[in-house]
Amino acid sequence: MIYQITLDKSKKKGMKSLKNQKKLKSVSGKKRKLGERILLSIRNNWQLYAMSIPAVVLLFCFAYLPMGGLIIAFKKYNFRLGIWGSPFMDPWYKNFEILFKNNAVALNAIKNTIILNALFISVGTVFALALALCFNEISNKYIKKITQSITFLPYFISTVVIGIFVSGLLGFENGVINRIIVSLGGEKVAFYMEAKWWPWILLIVNIWKGAGYNAVVYLATISGIDSSYYEAAKIDGASRWQQTRYISLPLLKPTVITMTLLSVGKIMNSDFGLFYNVTGDMPTLYETADVIDTYIYRALRQLGDIGISSATGFFQSIVGFFLVLLSNWAANKYSEEGALF
Amino acid sequence: MKERMTIGRFIVHLFVIVFSFVCLYPFLLVVGGSLMTNSEAINSGFKVIPDEPTLASYQILLGNGALIFNGYKITVFVTVVGTCLSIAVNGMMGYVLSRKHLAGRRVMNLYVLLTMLFNGGMVPWYLVCTQYLHLKDTYWALILPSVVSAWYIFLIRNYFTGVPEELWESAKLDGASEFTVFSKIYLPLATPVIATVVLFAALGYWNDWWLGLMLIDDSTMQPLQMLLRTMISNIQFLQTMSQQSSEVQAMLASVPGDGVKMAMVVVTTGPIILLYPFVQKYFMKGIMVGAVKG
Repeated sequence: MIYQITLDKSKKKGMKSLKNQKKLKSVSGKKRKLGERILLSIRNNWQLYAMSIPAVVLLFCFAYLPMGGLIIAFKKYNFRLGIWGSPFMDPWYKNFEILFKNNAVALNAIKNTIILNALFISVGTVFALALALCFNEISNKYIKKITQSITFLPYFISTVVIGIFVSGLLGFENGVINRIIVSLGGEKVAFYMEAKWWPWILLIVNIWKGAGYNAVVYLATISGIDSSYYEAAKIDGASRWQQTRYISLPLLKPTVITMTLLSVGKIMNSDFGLFYNVTGDMPTLYETADVIDTYIYRALRQLGDIGISSATGFFQSIVGFFLVLLSNWAANKYSEEGALF
Repeated sequence: MKERMTIGRFIVHLFVIVFSFVCLYPFLLVVGGSLMTNSEAINSGFKVIPDEPTLASYQILLGNGALIFNGYKITVFVTVVGTCLSIAVNGMMGYVLSRKHLAGRRVMNLYVLLTMLFNGGMVPWYLVCTQYLHLKDTYWALILPSVVSAWYIFLIRNYFTGVPEELWESAKLDGASEFTVFSKIYLPLATPVIATVVLFAALGYWNDWWLGLMLIDDSTMQPLQMLLRTMISNIQFLQTMSQQSSEVQAMLASVPGDGVKMAMVVVTTGPIILLYPFVQKYFMKGIMVGAVKG
């Protein structure tokens, strides 16, 4: 009995809110006052607004507060006064003056970030694309499945573990590569002492980690291609290579361009773990393997220099933001679906 | 259809199989290295198949069992709690954003989207976490910062948008609250996308060392990956110095050797590798749905 009543009550409530919703829709043609509209919407949909609170609060704390905190780049940080209480620098751009005038280390990090990312994007894309096209050519189901699983596996490993893998290969004493060099009659190479090797080592590690992942994306595009194109080509006597060259590749172009543009948008950021863990944060390698993120980390956590680290971070955030907007605009221009927003 | 082996097909197979081997080789090397005696590692370097396999490294590792066990406990706790929170918070937000007639939906969408485009970077984030949210050396520090992700929210929202509106309407007519509709109807319908988010979130928490590095100084609160990192950096530091001083060389002999390091890798990464065959298809699906619009 009681159950029945509560059910009826809630049913009525459900009807009411549904009706209100309809009412809201029907009057929205005419202009209601904004305040009134908000109140009505809150009364009808308070449950929905309540459900959004956890995400809204967490995003506020961990995304929006730090955005506002960027202002610290113009301030002289004082531990007691905090981000908003600290006084401004005099002149306000002083941190940036220090950053750009006589700071070869920071400029080197910026340079490395762009060069290494450009290298990763160009070679990485070509490699992943080639891998996807090769997967597509393999007709044996089991070989295809097993190789695809194995090449996807490195994506699941933390960069700490990748760092150990690399040290097992490149270590001076026990490293596999050095053992091979010695057995071929060469001299051991102290990889962790010589910066010149590292752009290539990092490139290989990056491909090792990401190629299987990116190949999945390209394979998804290839499997979406209408098979009648290939059948028609086959009837015309096209070889597998010609089918790849004149059907698969042109139809993959939009995906490739979109993915490339979106990674160009992120060119100021790098995978901190890759650079921090794989190089073991060795000072001997900073010349070629130090990037903006590792530089900021050192300035913040090891030197405690809030001024210079926040100025570098500000530069990275702002340039990064415009690059994302620009690359997204370009992706949008190129193809409607390709863009992020 | 049987195709004959041409040179082209041979090259394609060779490339894929060689690259697969390259991907797999470090894993085998680490397992081999963890089963080696210290003297064999020094004499002949790491090998995939050791001449005389031994569990000595694992014994040394379990000698410090309390530390590892503690790390395991923390990582499991953080992964379970973090993943559950992640599903609840992002799921609810995705549901809210999928309600087409909700006033303010566009603003909320933008609120989420902006966090994908712009971020304050490491320094303000660190200051906010330590000075204002007081997360330093708390377990929340390992969980809260990565609970919400715009990518998960949009993934879930897009799935919910495809659910027929009639389901929502009939549930509302029966007097269900929005939360009931979400948890009893929408969540069960969205199993594929939820599975993907669960796996990505769990993987992220399990592999996380960044939050430990930034926000945990207390060594008894470090998660597994961070313990592993601390172990390597101590050894590595000593190795760079070892050319100079004999004192350090003596110390180096007493710290856990490379074999123990590799055993630790096996212990921390093992669960992922064991689960991998069962879960990889969900990851692949997730990437296909979300990669380009990521």
